[in-house]
Amino acid sequence: MKHAPLLALLAGLSLAAGVHASAADHVHATHAWIRVLPGALPAGAYVTLENDGDQPVALTGASSRAYAQVMLHHSSTDGGVSRMTMVDSLPIPAHGEARLAPAGYHLMLMQPAATVKPGSTVRLLLKFSDGSTLSTDFIARPANALDDGSGHADHPSS
Amino acid sequence: MKSPWRRPLALLLLLAIGLLLAGCHHAAPLPFRLTNLTGHMPQLEFTLTNDEGKTVSATDYRGKVVLLYFGYTHCPDVCPLTMAHLHVVMQRLGKLADGARILFVSVDPARDTPAVLHAYVNAFDAHATGLTGQPRAIEALVKRYRSAFTREPASKDGGYEVSHSSAIYVFDRDGNPRVLYTPSSKQDDLVHDLHLLLDSGDPS
Repeated sequence: MKHAPLLALLAGLSLAAGVHASAADHVHATHAWIRVLPGALPAGAYVTLENDGDQPVALTGASSRAYAQVMLHHSSTDGGVSRMTMVDSLPIPAHGEARLAPAGYHLMLMQPAATVKPGSTVRLLLKFSDGSTLSTDFIARPANALDDGSGHADHPSS
Repeated sequence: MKSPWRRPLALLLLLAIGLLLAGCHHAAPLPFRLTNLTGHMPQLEFTLTNDEGKTVSATDYRGKVVLLYFGYTHCPDVCPLTMAHLHVVMQRLGKLADGARILFVSVDPARDTPAVLHAYVNAFDAHATGLTGQPRAIEALVKRYRSAFTREPASKDGGYEVSHSSAIYVFDRDGNPRVLYTPSSKQDDLVHDLHLLLDSGDPS
């Protein structure tokens, strides 16, 4: 038991030394966009995260200079009632993907530092369970947008 | 796909259907695809404040096919998605959309002032009106359509979420409830049913 902190430190050092690549090294973000609402209303951010690693990873949240607070949320509809719940993490399976998309998982962006205009990009720092981070540019889209506007039909329908 | 004859042909067909229906003295119900509410719920009735700050009642919207939706502006995901879908529906209706009105009724009147609602609904579609008002008046409208909402406990920064019904209630030009659109419904079916309601004669 006495050696536990030392072992943890060594494990940490080996991680830092790149013996094991961090979660962020294996995650690729695509279709990153934000639905901008008028005024200072909270916005939803969406992204597809692909994990090309052999180990599952988990998204635990995000931060941004453009918003005071970012929270990982999940929307659900049960018995005709829509509800949003905070979630601690979203798993991304090994060699798989997790999709943050409308009516499901999303990042709720609160209290914008300045007005975010559709067409601009907002940088978010995605955080993973191992402490690694991935800097990702999100395209700001108008309120009535349905997706990132890239028009790529490369998403399977389910 | 867009043959120049498609539209006139479709109009002729709808005219024929309209004449057939008129001949039946409302005996034949409209062939709705969504959940039919006809006769199951009371007429649209409310007194609320619109997004221009004016007191309005349901009778102000007689003559329009009304799409009633309960939501709130601090809802970043499902409410804007629903409104974005309704915007697509309005676009698909083309000129007919002028006979329809989306009424976005706030279930969060403490934060949703007419000004906030005005900016909000106009970010989605020109056929949308935001309605807010006294909590009791909103509750009465929610209850009238057996809808529901609950305010979730506030977070540390004072923000809070509202669980709310995700359905859209569609009323005909006389304010009678006709169909119910839910997240599991098909958008094509809503467009189809709105065509039935919007094409079935001018109220004048």
